[in-house]
Amino acid sequence: MNTSHRLRLPVIAAAVTASLVAAGCGSGSSSGPGGGSGAAASAPGITSTEILIGSHQPLTGPAAPGYSEIAPAANAYFQYVNAHGGVNGLKIKYKYLDDGYDPSKTVSVVHQLVLQDNVFSIFNGLGTPTHLAVVKYLNASKVPDVFIASGCNCWNNPAAYPYTFGWQLDYVREGKILGAYLKQHFAGKKIGYFYQNDEFGQDGVKGLDFEIPHSQVVSRQSYVPTNVNVGPQASALKASGAQVVVAFSIPAFTALLKLASLKVGWNPTFVVSNVGTDPTTLAGLLEAFAKKGGANVSGNQLTQGIITDGYLPTLGDTGNSWIALFKKVHDTYDAKAPLDGNVLYGEAVAYTFVQAMLKAGKNPTRAGLVKAISSGLPQGAAVAPYDYSATGHGGMMGGYIGVIKNGAVVQQGPVWTTDTTPTGAVTQFTGTQPAAPASGMP
Amino acid sequence: MTLLRHLAAAVAVGAVVWALSVQLNAFRDFQMAQVAVYVVAIAGLSLLIGLSGQISLGHGAFMAVGAYTTALLMLHLNWPIWAVFPASAAVTALAGAVVGLAAARLHGPYLAGATLMLAVALPSLASQFPGVLGGDQGLSVTVVPPAALGATFPPTRWLAWVCALAALIALVILANLGRSRVGRNWRAIRDDPVAAALSGLNVAALRVLAFIVSAACAGLAGSMLAVTTSLVSPGSFTLSLSIALLAGAVLGGLGTLTGALWGALVVVLVPTYVTDVATSHGLSGGVAANIPIAAYGVVLIVVMLVFPYGIQGGLRRLAGQFLPSSPTRLGPPARRAPTGERTEDLDSPYRRPPVSEHQEEGTS
Amino acid sequence: MNEFLQFTLGGVSFGMVYAAIALSLVLIWRGTRILNYAQGAMAVLTTYIALTVINHTGSYWEGFVVALAAGLVLGAVIERVVIRPVESRPPLNAVVVTIGLLVLIEGIAGIIYGGQYRSFPTAFSVTGLRAGSVSLGISRNDVFVAGAVLAVALALAAMFRFTSAGLRLRAAAFNAYAARLLGVRVGRVLTLGWALAGLIGALAGLLVSPDTFLYPSSMDSIFVLGFTAAVIGGLDSPVGAIVGGLLLGVALNYVGGYLGSNLVPLFGLVALVAVLMIRPSGLFSVSHGRQV
Repeated sequence: MNTSHRLRLPVIAAAVTASLVAAGCGSGSSSGPGGGSGAAASAPGITSTEILIGSHQPLTGPAAPGYSEIAPAANAYFQYVNAHGGVNGLKIKYKYLDDGYDPSKTVSVVHQLVLQDNVFSIFNGLGTPTHLAVVKYLNASKVPDVFIASGCNCWNNPAAYPYTFGWQLDYVREGKILGAYLKQHFAGKKIGYFYQNDEFGQDGVKGLDFEIPHSQVVSRQSYVPTNVNVGPQASALKASGAQVVVAFSIPAFTALLKLASLKVGWNPTFVVSNVGTDPTTLAGLLEAFAKKGGANVSGNQLTQGIITDGYLPTLGDTGNSWIALFKKVHDTYDAKAPLDGNVLYGEAVAYTFVQAMLKAGKNPTRAGLVKAISSGLPQGAAVAPYDYSATGHGGMMGGYIGVIKNGAVVQQGPVWTTDTTPTGAVTQFTGTQPAAPASGMP
Repeated sequence: MTLLRHLAAAVAVGAVVWALSVQLNAFRDFQMAQVAVYVVAIAGLSLLIGLSGQISLGHGAFMAVGAYTTALLMLHLNWPIWAVFPASAAVTALAGAVVGLAAARLHGPYLAGATLMLAVALPSLASQFPGVLGGDQGLSVTVVPPAALGATFPPTRWLAWVCALAALIALVILANLGRSRVGRNWRAIRDDPVAAALSGLNVAALRVLAFIVSAACAGLAGSMLAVTTSLVSPGSFTLSLSIALLAGAVLGGLGTLTGALWGALVVVLVPTYVTDVATSHGLSGGVAANIPIAAYGVVLIVVMLVFPYGIQGGLRRLAGQFLPSSPTRLGPPARRAPTGERTEDLDSPYRRPPVSEHQEEGTS
Repeated sequence: MNEFLQFTLGGVSFGMVYAAIALSLVLIWRGTRILNYAQGAMAVLTTYIALTVINHTGSYWEGFVVALAAGLVLGAVIERVVIRPVESRPPLNAVVVTIGLLVLIEGIAGIIYGGQYRSFPTAFSVTGLRAGSVSLGISRNDVFVAGAVLAVALALAAMFRFTSAGLRLRAAAFNAYAARLLGVRVGRVLTLGWALAGLIGALAGLLVSPDTFLYPSSMDSIFVLGFTAAVIGGLDSPVGAIVGGLLLGVALNYVGGYLGSNLVPLFGLVALVAVLMIRPSGLFSVSHGRQV
């Protein structure tokens, strides 16, 4: 293709060498302070002053709205801990990189974190397709992969993924808990499903089907996040006569469904997965329409009465000691972000990590962290216990049913726990949530 | 002769790559594998646009075809890497033939529009057939270094070797193709399809052939991507990938293999570098994450305005100034036609076709 | 039957937005023979500006007018500063430059406004209209959307036909050399063309953002479908843009309703290829002579 034969070979060779060496030298040594190989310390990522952990997060791209708040909130809690003595004197340094919800980029940033920055552990990697791209690599490299931000059941696999731990209530359990509630309180009513066409929605529907009799389900409509026109789905649900709609949808699509239902003149009872009902986010999405949807109403009017579930205390429960603690941390270290469900999530999972690190003891090792979690962790901010044992790496086992009233979720009834099997019962949890420690440190 | 020269160049580059892979750390090896992936994909696209004059905004879709073929072959039939790479390229070549046949009648923006829709629509097939294609979660691909290299051999170095070897083989083939009769015929149909047809060239067949070769490269690149990423899912093959390939091809310099290398280096290294710079200045997560995006846009615009021939063209110009005896000429100096720059360089894809498009079409 | 009616009318609303994007693309294509891949991103920026004004003053219409004005200015500035140097260069440069603009504008929007989904108000009520007891599946706002796009298209057509500025635009598009010889300031005319396209794009952003929520990449899929509509209708034909947009919007709504949301992009591809196979330059294109 080139016409300059004589120049080509040396130019190519020189160019390749120069550019790769330049790139290599540019940030060949680890870019993070406290990185390097942790020569004198007990494990990679641990130095005499700090613990370096990493994560992949969607800071840009389709999943960024909402989810991009989680990592800064977790970092806020870590800063609080650092200011109060750290973990056995070590400060936590949290390096989270953007993967734009693209699995190829996830692989790239995780390789960077593990190979170049030598992180001690990967913490709270977000997204199911994104994390699936790296879970085998992390386990093969024996890097702890803790408290993944995804409700997929696939993380609960100690045989194949001994270093991987889930954290949040998984979608199948969530579906079962919602389904059991519907079976009890909406017997005989026609139910329609509206779910995201990926493992989040499909796992949720699986859980629902374990509990709700099939004869009650009159319509199943799915959506894809790339297509915002959910008018057809709303029309179909209305035509089926559904009186209740169960939605496993993200907040944007919960809002879109609500708007579409206004447009087609259909007014069912909305039951929505915890993922899609952060009241602050929902009200924000609906506020512009509320003014036109009826008389002078606020965004909260349109979210009134939505039934949902939760596995952390609700923000409306201002008397709860955990909410008070997390609000204090938010106001000090993350004040620019709105105090909503994503911030609560980030701080709660950071709290759990600190619990685990404290249990791993002084001079923590990677194997030590894994052992600390597998031997069980106290409940912390979660409303139900964790499923952490030698045979279970699953995460929380239950949640409560709530209703949105005046812009906040209000708990209805007790906490329910269950498992992920088709026949496992949904039982009431008789324990209580421990109070938050006065110092804010586990 | 040409083949020998290309093989010698390939061996030289291969030696450099091997040396680098041993010297640099494991993460750099991983990046080398990524660069190899993009070099192949961008070279194929550069051939299509630069040599045959057709545009494609959908090469990400061809990479997806290659990647899914690889995943399926390795999952269900347990084929080894050296068989999977050519097989994926072949299957994608078939897809390229289909698209090329449809595209042979289209030109310019219409072809761009059709390939754009292809890039958007094809990945959604995976969600349509979740059983076979794994849906949103995708299919996983596992590649381990052969036992002969020892248990402590870094897996990323093996990836770098495998990908670099595949890339070098592909580039040698492309280089030969470019200097062959087929390559000259492509340039002919690029510069003046009417004259080429009058000279007896089968314009449509040549266009389809260009698509086939270009798609095969993209398929091989997709296959290499599957191996380095170890997961094949629709989320990796969005429109941004096709756009990145196009940007890399034009930035690097169309129609040149070295240009494909520059383009690949820019696409792989610049975003990470800019993010590092942004976060090291203490900017908050959200803002810092958007700065590489804005910077990428600025780079595209500025390079196009200042270096319209891409990096390779800019380097050639520089080399031409410092080495007066160089046989390369970018065209007769100081003679500007009213329509703007016109170069006598017959090899250059930047020659404007002699008949202006404006005058061809009468419109109401 | 009721479902069918709802699907049809619902498709018109999105279809008119695609038509608006297609119209702006056609306008730029006719004038400068460049495809503006940044059209959607420009619309996002002007819509963000509108949102800022609306939140500040509380008036929707003030934000509306400001956004349209911003669209005019943005289009003119971009043409003058970024596009003018590449107009005389090979077409690929313009492709990369406009793609660079797309990326840059979305990045800037992300930096200034953040990635959160913002709710954008509508001009009129979103409650569904009813004909008797039958729910029509459209709202008063949807009627406004269709009306606004039609009004702008008609105004544009009138401008082209009846004003001297329109005559100059047509002349420069038909044959720039002859127009220059006749005294038309071609450069200024091209800037005007881009400015008008920016205005139409801004309108499209305002009309569709309530339904997509506003975030930096919210107009990406709308742009792709608008581009498809323009190609289907023929890049030289404004009428084709409107018709293409409407047909595409309604057809995709049927697909989404009867076959499933996932099949919409596939169907878009099939429709596009089908049209282009029959008429390679779009439905409303003037047929070219056979070359050889």
